Amino acid sequence: MKHDNAYTGQEFKVIGTRVKRPDGIDKVTGRARYGADASLPGQLVGRILRSPHAHARIKSIDTSKAEALPGVKAVVTAADMPVPEGLPADLAHMLENSMARERALYDGHAVAAVAAIDARTARKALGLIDVDYEPLPHVTDVDAAMQPDAPVIHDWLYTSGVDPKPEKPSNVSQRTEFGLGDLDQGFAEADVVIERSFRTEATHQGYIEPHACLANVRPDGSGELWVTTQGPFVYRNVCAQMLGMDIAKLKVTSSEIGGGFGGKTHVWAEPVALALSRKANRPVKLVMTRDEVFRASGPTSSTSMDIKLGATRDGTLVAARAEMRYGSGAFPGIWGMLSCMTSFACYEIANCKAIGYDVVLNRPKVAAYRAPSAPMAAFGVESAMDELAAATGMDPVEFRLKNASREGGQSHYGPVWGPIGIRATLEAVRDHPHMQAPLGPNQGRGMACGFWFNIGGQTCCDLNIGVDGTVTLTVGTVDVGGSRASLGLIAAEELGIPYEQVQVNIADTGSLGHNDMTEGSRGTFSSGMAAIFAARNAVAVLRERAAKMWDIPVDEVTWEDGQAKATGSEHGNLPPLTLADIAAKSPKTGGPIAGHNEVVADGAGVSFASHICDIEVDPETGATKVLRYTVVQDAGKAIHPDYVEGQFQGGAAQGIGWALNEEYIYGEDGRLQNPGFLDYRMPVCSDLPFIDTKILEIPNPGHPYGVRGVGETSIVPPLAAIGNALSNAVGVRMHHVPMSPPRILKALREHARTGPEKAA
Amino acid sequence: MLTVKANGSVRNALDGAESVEVTASTIRELLDRLADRYPALERELDAGIAVAVNGEIYRDDRDVVIPDGAEVFLLPRIPGG
Amino acid sequence: MSGVLVTTTINGDAVQFACPEEETLLDALRDRVGLLGVKEGCGTGDCGACSITLDGRLVCSCLVLGAEADGREIGTVEGLSENGQLHPLQENFISHAALQCGICTPGFLVAAKSLLDRNPDPSETEIRYALAGNLCRCTGYDKIVRAVQSAAKQIREQAAQSA
Repeated sequence: MKHDNAYTGQEFKVIGTRVKRPDGIDKVTGRARYGADASLPGQLVGRILRSPHAHARIKSIDTSKAEALPGVKAVVTAADMPVPEGLPADLAHMLENSMARERALYDGHAVAAVAAIDARTARKALGLIDVDYEPLPHVTDVDAAMQPDAPVIHDWLYTSGVDPKPEKPSNVSQRTEFGLGDLDQGFAEADVVIERSFRTEATHQGYIEPHACLANVRPDGSGELWVTTQGPFVYRNVCAQMLGMDIAKLKVTSSEIGGGFGGKTHVWAEPVALALSRKANRPVKLVMTRDEVFRASGPTSSTSMDIKLGATRDGTLVAARAEMRYGSGAFPGIWGMLSCMTSFACYEIANCKAIGYDVVLNRPKVAAYRAPSAPMAAFGVESAMDELAAATGMDPVEFRLKNASREGGQSHYGPVWGPIGIRATLEAVRDHPHMQAPLGPNQGRGMACGFWFNIGGQTCCDLNIGVDGTVTLTVGTVDVGGSRASLGLIAAEELGIPYEQVQVNIADTGSLGHNDMTEGSRGTFSSGMAAIFAARNAVAVLRERAAKMWDIPVDEVTWEDGQAKATGSEHGNLPPLTLADIAAKSPKTGGPIAGHNEVVADGAGVSFASHICDIEVDPETGATKVLRYTVVQDAGKAIHPDYVEGQFQGGAAQGIGWALNEEYIYGEDGRLQNPGFLDYRMPVCSDLPFIDTKILEIPNPGHPYGVRGVGETSIVPPLAAIGNALSNAVGVRMHHVPMSPPRILKALREHARTGPEKAA
Repeated sequence: MLTVKANGSVRNALDGAESVEVTASTIRELLDRLADRYPALERELDAGIAVAVNGEIYRDDRDVVIPDGAEVFLLPRIPGG
Repeated sequence: MSGVLVTTTINGDAVQFACPEEETLLDALRDRVGLLGVKEGCGTGDCGACSITLDGRLVCSCLVLGAEADGREIGTVEGLSENGQLHPLQENFISHAALQCGICTPGFLVAAKSLLDRNPDPSETEIRYALAGNLCRCTGYDKIVRAVQSAAKQIREQAAQSA
């Protein structure tokens, strides 16, 4: 049955209440099982040997000594992981990323792996593998990699999207352009123009749980993978194709996931664990160390960009240009393109152009991180917006409001906007008491806006009714932050039963049809949509069964408040049948009662946020303290407000870390210098204040309940919000993220010498 | 007749045309006809294309009926975090 | 293969395990004793996911050798619930939505319990500094601090009632 996904404005009974999550008890008692918490009889310990070079030819690998060590059961190299015929290019890159072939492409690139009876033996075996490297010239800086004399990392890589087609390979994989109008005319109309360059350093998603899996491949070609992932179905398809296995014969079970934020949408060591298990014919458990997570699982792009904005004297934004260069690590990416699509979304600009370059570097392959590519572009654009507001003599909020995108207007990436929340978030910011709170010396307030698309995708679920009237909802989207509770609420709402009567399970790949990953803020949006439709299908069955029990026509049975009711004057005296009444009789009225749904959950509504923050700078040390922080974001409809707030707060905290401290630091030798939590400093509890939230609900027309994804947008504004606050606090405009104490100190000293114009 | 606009890498595949005219009543028909006309679009279709119809972005649903005169945009498919 | 035999008390029960000399207490608790609630986030004492108490003192079990636990008392998240009841901290973490992915939760609970044992009425700042050795990447700590405040209040009220 095809259901209509249009928003209906129905009244809710349980949606929006703050119920307890069903997996809470296991997670507070230590019983929940994550990636590293599974075991199988006879399992081996897998470990990976990684390149110490940023770029090197692998002349030979001698594994004989390691293989001869007692207790070693398998050693694999790229020779054990051949590229299956017809493997699509992106998967071939992923495969080569999980095990280097002729060349090691970055510090930390896997070159060999062992499976041994215990950790001690595995560690020893790694030391016995002899790799003969020939170091090659490397490049880790995005601007340097675009220079004509830069070492070319891939001789097969030619820039796409340029005319004429290049004759020589380069590190630029793609140029993309989005925009509207006539840029020259736009800037000619402008009375005030701000032109600035910005840089942002790479950050890591920083999930606390390292990548971990337990692989079990049998000699008949079938296998299982227990793994921490945002998408077991996608991992299954990807791993099976990479290893030449049948998709149906590889069962992937997602463990509880200890954070992902995009980093667990991509396979890293999982194909290696499967290859080790296949070779050893034993189960292999492979858990990455934190050092490996930093060096070899996907960080974000490091970026460099030039932003130029122009406005007329009355504060109308008339022209905008952004040229953004995004590193994609050792393989081609689409991150620069994504930056184009998000950069100017908050504003209506008649003449704008966003140009993106994707650039390969001798760094780990970039992976998605929460609203991928958007935070960096927003740092540049929103910083320049504040400067432009000041130059036109307008308040930054009023300036943004005057130029904010509106329903029916054309987005800079093309389509017209539906109902969107940018203006509402700005109005809420303008009217928020936070904006009026007093500030002390060296303190400043800043605000900024952010946008993210959100996505839907392939989704299915099963809703099964037990004979006692309790309900099992089985979904295929991994619960990364409380979605079981939200989905349970949705099933309860549709069926008209208490939330406590519903149990939500996450399926393995053997138990449900394909589901795309929990990414793009789609978990509650799309599984929620599938759950609504599945429940409606189940209600149709319940009505049929009630009709059978009453022996009346089904169209004279309605479903209200969790009960079947007979309508019409003839049956008015029939007492309603509860879901439990009908379920109890189900064995004799046609068998199990269930509702299923398979859907392409398109229509994910875009989402906007505006953030306010107060900071204080210590002029002696350059350290910045966040004093107060407020997130305003459009959620469409908050199914479970606690977990919506949690997404707002968590994204803001990640953005604050990015703004102030987090960065990948590379040495001249091209090696990562800070692959650990001590030197890659994420915010801790004492770094942050309470993070206030305000949920706005502007219904998404493409979801029956009006739901929009909420997970990602909140990481977009903080970089610029903090930069703007810093500028207001101490008069220096920072152009390089993170705005770490040494950079701020340098800017303050420069400012003291030369005045505000020459800042960092 | 629909006027289809494209941006980014998808526009490159349409030989750089800002817009093209196509007769189609669903997204499937639209993409099939365009792929016939522009072989370079195959690669983009493999990489993933999203189609915006009157502002609503469809990534996978090819059965969407496109009303006459609708605003249709082809966009690169985006991932999420 | 060499190793040591360790006799220890874990969550009030006498436990013996054997482990190699170089094995961390974290690995021994997880792989020898089966206490998988103790989580590894970094292995270098920077994230606090493996927090336990050793003779009542809060430590990262990844920085202690298994062999060092001999003759000592260990407390882990598995020992927080008593008499079939969740500890008020556990209750409040659930009711305040103080966990999203939950991987850091065991470490936070052990660290928070250690704080409240020492200081039943901590200020917000004291809570934030006491938990500064535990990384959470999901929540921004907001709901964690609120859950600890609420649990502390509940524990004080219970103590006042039973006094």
